[in-house]
Amino acid sequence: MAVRNAIFRLILVLFAAGACLAPGGGSASEGFEAALVLLTGKSAKKRMAGVEALAASGHPAAASMLSAMVDGKLYYRKEDGRLFVVAKRGREFDLFDPMSGEQAGSARSKALKKVKVNNRLRRAIRTALAGLNLTHPDRAKRLDAAAGLLKSADPGLRPLLAAAFDREADADVRAAMELALAAVDIGRDSPPSVRVAAAGRLGASEAPEARALLGRVVGDAQADPAVREAARAALEEIENRLELYRQFGAGFPGISLGSVLLLAAGGANAAPAVREAARAALEEIENRLELYRQFGAVFQGISLGSVLLLAAVGLAITFGVMGVINMAHGEMVMVGAYATFVVQELFRTFAPELFGLSLAVAVPVAFLAAAGLGAGLERSVIRWLYGRPLETLLATWGVSLVLRQAVRSIFGPTNREVGNPEWMSGAVELAGGVAITYNRIWIILFSLAVLAAVMAVIRYTTFGLEMRAVTQNRPMANAMGIRSRNVDCMTFALGSGVAGMAGVALSQIDNVSPNLGQAYIVDSFMVIVFGGVGNLWGVLVGAMSLGIVNKFIEPFSGAVLGKIVVLVALILFIQRRPQGLFAMRGRAAEL
Amino acid sequence: MGWLDLKGRIFLVALAVLAGGAVALNLSLPESSALHVPNYMVGLIGKYLCFALLALSVDLVWGFAGILSLGHGAFFALGGYAMGMHLMRQIGERGVYGHPVLPDFMVFLDWKELPWYWHGFDSAWFALPMCLAVPGALAFLFGWLTFRSRVTGVYLSIISQAMTFALMLAFFRNDMGFGGNNGLTDFKDLFGHDLKGAGMRAGLLLASAAALAGGYLLCRWMTVGKFGRVLVAVRDAEQRTRFLGYRPEHYKILVFTVSAMMAGAAGALYVPQVGIINPSEFSPANSIEIVIWVAVGGRGTLIGAALGAVLVNYAKTFLTGAAPEMWLFVLGGLFIAVTLFVPKGVLGEIASLRVRWQARRGSDG
Repeated sequence: MAVRNAIFRLILVLFAAGACLAPGGGSASEGFEAALVLLTGKSAKKRMAGVEALAASGHPAAASMLSAMVDGKLYYRKEDGRLFVVAKRGREFDLFDPMSGEQAGSARSKALKKVKVNNRLRRAIRTALAGLNLTHPDRAKRLDAAAGLLKSADPGLRPLLAAAFDREADADVRAAMELALAAVDIGRDSPPSVRVAAAGRLGASEAPEARALLGRVVGDAQADPAVREAARAALEEIENRLELYRQFGAGFPGISLGSVLLLAAGGANAAPAVREAARAALEEIENRLELYRQFGAVFQGISLGSVLLLAAVGLAITFGVMGVINMAHGEMVMVGAYATFVVQELFRTFAPELFGLSLAVAVPVAFLAAAGLGAGLERSVIRWLYGRPLETLLATWGVSLVLRQAVRSIFGPTNREVGNPEWMSGAVELAGGVAITYNRIWIILFSLAVLAAVMAVIRYTTFGLEMRAVTQNRPMANAMGIRSRNVDCMTFALGSGVAGMAGVALSQIDNVSPNLGQAYIVDSFMVIVFGGVGNLWGVLVGAMSLGIVNKFIEPFSGAVLGKIVVLVALILFIQRRPQGLFAMRGRAAEL
Repeated sequence: MGWLDLKGRIFLVALAVLAGGAVALNLSLPESSALHVPNYMVGLIGKYLCFALLALSVDLVWGFAGILSLGHGAFFALGGYAMGMHLMRQIGERGVYGHPVLPDFMVFLDWKELPWYWHGFDSAWFALPMCLAVPGALAFLFGWLTFRSRVTGVYLSIISQAMTFALMLAFFRNDMGFGGNNGLTDFKDLFGHDLKGAGMRAGLLLASAAALAGGYLLCRWMTVGKFGRVLVAVRDAEQRTRFLGYRPEHYKILVFTVSAMMAGAAGALYVPQVGIINPSEFSPANSIEIVIWVAVGGRGTLIGAALGAVLVNYAKTFLTGAAPEMWLFVLGGLFIAVTLFVPKGVLGEIASLRVRWQARRGSDG
């Protein structure tokens, strides 16, 4: 077998050499005719000879015939033994002449017989095809062929490869062929000096096969010490180059390099040294990515913080300024989110082309819906409970249960889909696969804007002045002619309305479900308690620090454990500093 | 027993009649009899009695010391988990995987050996005290951290809520070694007796009734007399009490710890009767619900708290069966209506009605 293969390759080589001198010569054509006859032979041996002869003939149609044969499309007519490439059409076969590629009529399937292929033949055909394709006019085919030979590293094809390499003009193909040559040269059959030279050439490549080959040589105890040394040096060279990449390397190059290295590390035939080096390199990449992740964590933290900020600002107004614990605050957020959903549905139904504006409309709608609900809640329930914070807590919890169940009954218990308008979707891709989504950026900006607006209302409007007066001294404010009852109602409405706007923002990043508010209520209470009651700056600082700390702990401990750590830390913080970061003043101080 | 008034005696007698009657009618009468108490009813009553004990523990801290704990569900659940661990160890080789030592979920998670905190729970002599000790220790620690820093009012409520929330998240984790999401279940027997047997069911009901009676006596004993008066003083005016030379935080820590142990006992009795304990028992919503039981029955009346727990839970059982959509509306409405219109709870209103009626009769005569 080996002998026959050698002969076959010799023929190939001879042909390749011949093809250079006299392409398409008459002798080649004769060989082709003979090969066709062999292919129709009954025994696999004959067909093997046919394949070899076909490959050696160098006929322009040889490649297409060989691939048709592998695909099982090569048939011969029983009566005259003529070969055809066929296309099946039911029982009728369309026949194509393999030489010209033109249709040559059709025949019933019974009249034809398939040229059978077994695995050995298939292998021979593949190698033959690779050899033939080395001189194929199509550049992509030549590249493929070179890559295939790099993998098989068959020393028998070396002369053919060398001949093709000499004639090749395309730089990329040349590089691929050179690599394949080196892969052949470093094989065990070559003399040590050739192997050493090949190792040097392989060292210039980044292909995983090159490293695998080098690794194999390094690990080969029987190899000549000089060869092993050269292979080791070449590997080192590759590693150094990879190190360079790592210096620049980041993001997607890093990831793809990482996956290549992973392949190298996972390859069972890679030498321990290669695997070790690859693993180390992989670790370095991981470290770099970890850094990017940290940066992403800060951003995520700020983003989470701004969500908490939105939810907590309203709470700070009702809890801090009025001394009222509103357990239904989370449900105000939920109402805002559902208001967004309704507004978007209306837009979808009546003005789909204006969908981008839906959020801009949803913000005031959500504000008004939640504020109205809040005012109603204040008038009907909370005003009777001033000065009894624990009772307020229970009553508003009841309100929260009712609101949740009501929404569940109206909109159903499942998540509702709220769309991202175009100007909010998409992301800025940073290196390392860290994406900063536009909607998060918008939410950060939005929350800061809301905070500024609330501060402005409290500081510069008459209502804000009255609010502050009532907060500081209710009887005195009453004496000055301020209707403190009305101010209470307005304050509560403002706090609830801000929660409603938080709902608009949350609908963009979270599931809109009846339990939306519950997910954030404990956290927002924590923000208030941490930042200090009745101080909006405290809320800002509290929200941001909680958000960032949360996201920073997350990668180390997982999301759940991170949350637990933050909660426990807060409980401990509270007992050190019960008044929060920013001490409270005014009526709430007597709470 | 001068501290046990008429109402208390009536309560204890009624409790004995209820529990004893239910057990007797369940065990002695054939199933065909009209007076037969079905098995599920025995379990249900036992469950209600556990809730009543839990409500009692909340009333002790809220009604008398003014501590609105929104985290008492955590103590209940911890007691339940301690009991559940004992029951898990009792399964032995009868688990699905047949491992002699490890509970099923640990085998499933590919754990090789028992975590250190599971050791000892195979012995009832260790496990049963732990049902009280673990919640008590947590309550002591929590009280030590908060009461000494004078964290009061809504702050305390929110922090206690955060505590139970954190515990819930923790127990949801598989790594904690408490069965994660699914909790502990699939129990087989307790003290060598089958949990599903009629005798065991009756025994658990009687034990729950006895625990409730004991809890009531303990609370009554604590809240009558000097100690109880100081507690009420702390509730009504902590600053003044402090200026009078008392240390409110000591009283609070003590009463909070005792209350947590009662809640733990309730949880320990609850678990074998329902056959499962999972992290949702830690959810903040559960803890707030306990408070409304107390509010419905009457804060600071002890008997009212127990009564409220049974009433609300009966309504829950009934409504979640008959009209599940309505239950949360009713519960929410209950929160609002009770705080607005019946702030003293059912028992409290009856008592004040009687006072008014007596006053009118007094002025008439």
